[in-house]
Amino acid sequence: MTVQLPIGERPELLRMSRVGKTFGGGVVALKDMDLKVGQGDFISLLGPSGCGKSTALRLISGLMTATAGAVRWKGDHDTGDLGVVFQEPTLMPWATVAQNVWLPMRLRGQAFASVADDITRTLGLVGLDGFADAYPRELSGGMKMRVSIARALVTKPRLILMDEPFAALDEITRFKLNNDLLAMKAQIGCTVIFVTHSVFESVFLSDRIVVMAARPGRVIRELQVDQPYPRDEAFRTSAEYAAYCRETSDALHVAMGEAA
Amino acid sequence: MTDVIDTPVTVPAEIDADERARLNRARFERWGSWALPLIVMALMVFLWDRIVVWYDIKHYILPGPGRVLNSLIEGQAVFFDAWVLTLAVTAAALALAVIFGVGLAVLFTQSRLIEMSLYPYAVILQVTPVVSIAPLIFIYVDSKVAGLLICAWIVAFFPVLSNTTLGLNSADHNLRDLFRIYGATRWQRLRYLQLPSALPYFLGGLRIAGGLSLIGAVVAELVAGSGGIGVGLAGLIQEAGYRLNIARMFAALILIAATGIAIFALLSFVSHLLLRKWHESAVKREG
Repeated sequence: MTVQLPIGERPELLRMSRVGKTFGGGVVALKDMDLKVGQGDFISLLGPSGCGKSTALRLISGLMTATAGAVRWKGDHDTGDLGVVFQEPTLMPWATVAQNVWLPMRLRGQAFASVADDITRTLGLVGLDGFADAYPRELSGGMKMRVSIARALVTKPRLILMDEPFAALDEITRFKLNNDLLAMKAQIGCTVIFVTHSVFESVFLSDRIVVMAARPGRVIRELQVDQPYPRDEAFRTSAEYAAYCRETSDALHVAMGEAA
Repeated sequence: MTDVIDTPVTVPAEIDADERARLNRARFERWGSWALPLIVMALMVFLWDRIVVWYDIKHYILPGPGRVLNSLIEGQAVFFDAWVLTLAVTAAALALAVIFGVGLAVLFTQSRLIEMSLYPYAVILQVTPVVSIAPLIFIYVDSKVAGLLICAWIVAFFPVLSNTTLGLNSADHNLRDLFRIYGATRWQRLRYLQLPSALPYFLGGLRIAGGLSLIGAVVAELVAGSGGIGVGLAGLIQEAGYRLNIARMFAALILIAATGIAIFALLSFVSHLLLRKWHESAVKREG
């Protein structure tokens, strides 16, 4: 477990300054986005379709370059500092669970034997002990997503980007994965940027919620959820949780009203 | 319940009519797929034999199955040599088709420039009937075997190329992104992502190419004529045709068909071995 500093006092991990992205067809996907990401933040990007939340994630991951502004990491970083989880589990069907988790290390030239312990440990962390030799098609949707998370965590990254990872799962599985995600984050002490369109999910998981609006994609408001971790099922039914959900929901309505 | 003893499906004591029908259907599928074609073949051979006898058909018009079998046994040395030649040409053409097809497909995915420049010519090569190219090939190539090989290769290579190209381009887009984020090299992307993604497509193309290379080898030999060194199965058919030895024609034809079936079965088996652990096509569905 790592000790969490208050939101404003966390050392900076990376910063987006006046970042904009205009696509070739002239569509402004993102306009003037400012975001200072602190170490240990759990930030949710929340907004309707087309608000640029996925674009922001792609800009941070380096899959896209910004039309204007810049994404800057504080100090050096390499490929091992970043983990990514997509909406689909995105596993290689021809490879076993362990081989899938090995991928980021394999691409850095590390032999399986030399990282086998890391893989086993990470599979244990996501609750997949004993599934190392299974093939993805033998797993349920939730378990596949756990493999995907293990692959993102195995390099002990400083930042994890998650693009609506639980949107395709049923509610029971999603709640369980939400709880487990917070437990994993607490254990590793990484930073998470989480794209979602669920108000409830964003309030439960994050300590910072960035509400975005569409056409052009931009940040409308940032809210803080000042509730200590670990959060559990009791938080999900508390009055504070309901209040935060209402506040976030109102901000989201403003965002959607402006877009309409 | 005595009729289910040797099936691996365990039948619970109480079972509804729907489930019983499903089990029966599964059992029927298991033996029917190989037994029924054999029964049909036995019936056809029997009918063939009877028709020849009933209508007293002359053997130089339609020989009975017994006479065809005799011809096969009597000429076994000749048939064997011809079969070896045809099989060798087929196998070599298939091997070349795989090397060139996969090689070119990989080149295509590495460079759009090369793909755009060359792909139309691969299509032209495919859509031009090989019988119309073969006479030219036999003019320019001295060796008959080499000519046969080129013709068989031309027909076999396109399905490998087009399927493998499709497969290499079918790698999951999110996985591609992931490889980019993790800084994969071109070679790593090819080796760990594109080639495995292409494998099921390639194997589908390979099964088509296997049959086509046999067809190519046979057709080319018919065009080449029976001159020169070495006679394949098609050459035997042609020679036997000139002498109205219909039994020998049937015998050679049966050998060609059997070879085609064997090639298809072998390639299907290879495909099953390579895909059985992970690909939907090779995985048995439960329930």
